[in-house]
Amino acid sequence: MSTDQNTGTGTGRVKRGMAEMLKGGVIMDVVNAEQAKIAEDAGAVAVMALERVPADIRVEGGVARMSDPDMIDGIIEAVSIPVMAKARIGHFVEAQVLQSLGVDYIDESEVLTPADEANHIDKWPFTVPFVCGATNLGEALRRIGEGAAMIRSKGEAGTGNVVEATRHMRQIRADIRRLTTLDETELYAAAKELRAPVELVQEIAQSGKLPVVLFTAGGIATPADAAMMMQLGAEGVFVGSGIFKSGDPVKRAEAIVKATTFHDDPDVIAKISRGLGEAMVGLNITDLPENQKYAGRGW
Amino acid sequence: MSLAECDVIARPVRRAEELADLHGIVIPGGESTTMSRLLDVFEVRSALEERLRAGLPAYGSCAGMIMLAREVLDGREDQRSFGALDMVVRRNAFGRQVDSFEADLDIKGLDGDAFRAVFIRAPWVESVGPDVEVLAEVGPEVTGDQDTLGRIVAVRQGPVLATSFHPELTGDERVHRLFAEIVRGA
Repeated sequence: MSTDQNTGTGTGRVKRGMAEMLKGGVIMDVVNAEQAKIAEDAGAVAVMALERVPADIRVEGGVARMSDPDMIDGIIEAVSIPVMAKARIGHFVEAQVLQSLGVDYIDESEVLTPADEANHIDKWPFTVPFVCGATNLGEALRRIGEGAAMIRSKGEAGTGNVVEATRHMRQIRADIRRLTTLDETELYAAAKELRAPVELVQEIAQSGKLPVVLFTAGGIATPADAAMMMQLGAEGVFVGSGIFKSGDPVKRAEAIVKATTFHDDPDVIAKISRGLGEAMVGLNITDLPENQKYAGRGW
Repeated sequence: MSLAECDVIARPVRRAEELADLHGIVIPGGESTTMSRLLDVFEVRSALEERLRAGLPAYGSCAGMIMLAREVLDGREDQRSFGALDMVVRRNAFGRQVDSFEADLDIKGLDGDAFRAVFIRAPWVESVGPDVEVLAEVGPEVTGDQDTLGRIVAVRQGPVLATSFHPELTGDERVHRLFAEIVRGA
């Protein structure tokens, strides 16, 4: 592909546009081709390939890294929907490798062990788009400033507890609403407070929404969790451990997809919430030691 | 959003009964395999099939184009499309996301400058039947790829319109206006 102004790969529009096509959908964590097929059959709009789901990373500990390329290739082969994969925060070479494998989206993720405690990846030079986590608007805008083409609220992955996802969704949305009430002079101070690029702050004050698609993630375990996130303003849902750590992954995956689409219809949610078997075991966030909270990773 | 600028009322359809009073339908981008699956799960397929067969104006972009085709290549075996357009479409023909691109296109029937088209994991039209009008093609001069010579990316057959690309991502409403005219004329 040529890179002149009229034609090109990896333009902002092409990267952000990809996320637009996922809106209203569910993206599921999978660790092998078999799970990827289950996710695709259940109606997932994309899968996230990773070596261990967050719940297992919590139990097993150690350094969590990018997945084995063989495993990612296997998943790309197995399904026809887009395949995403995780790179460690700041690990630009893992990201280069994932791009070379042809993944459709990279998640620069706090679920993996950070590789750089000062800098995130400079995402602009990449052709492949990035999704990044955020706990508030300032964090989201710093990531967008670095080239992220999609944002997900972080939540607390691998806990089966939706409380942090709720906190982060509400925070991002409240921060956006506040910006729309400020006058132009006040936006400079707001940018300073948010530690975010002033141009992005001005853009959001004007439009009242993020310039990229906003999904939610981290702790979604039930159809009702997914529907609640959608009603709180998420444009789609990442489900990690919640599906394959539950008693009946096939049924639960289908139910979460349906709940995401019909998030505003309690009759549907009631119907699909029946007989799903065991949900994943949940963790109380307040019982987690500070060094095991993932949402604090990244800055 | 784009349609709302064309003096028509646009609303989402998730249930079969929401199809009843429509004058036209847009099948948007997304994943055609997922759409095909969910049309069955959400029990919308047969009602939509019936309306399309009866001549409901339709516009499909990207995955929507695939859903309107008679035949789909490189899809999933269990994927089913509506056959509202007499064409064979190749899914993800331009490649994966790293190959997604934007380019200026000349589209038959649109006045003014070239149209900036955004192709995302896009399909192309492999072949068309005699009643299908080709509105736009791309080639190596646009994509830099010799394999894309003369590939069809926009078509119309009666009240059914389809594009490989996503006009809703550019703020240029001319394709949506064309569809609004088709709906008004139907």
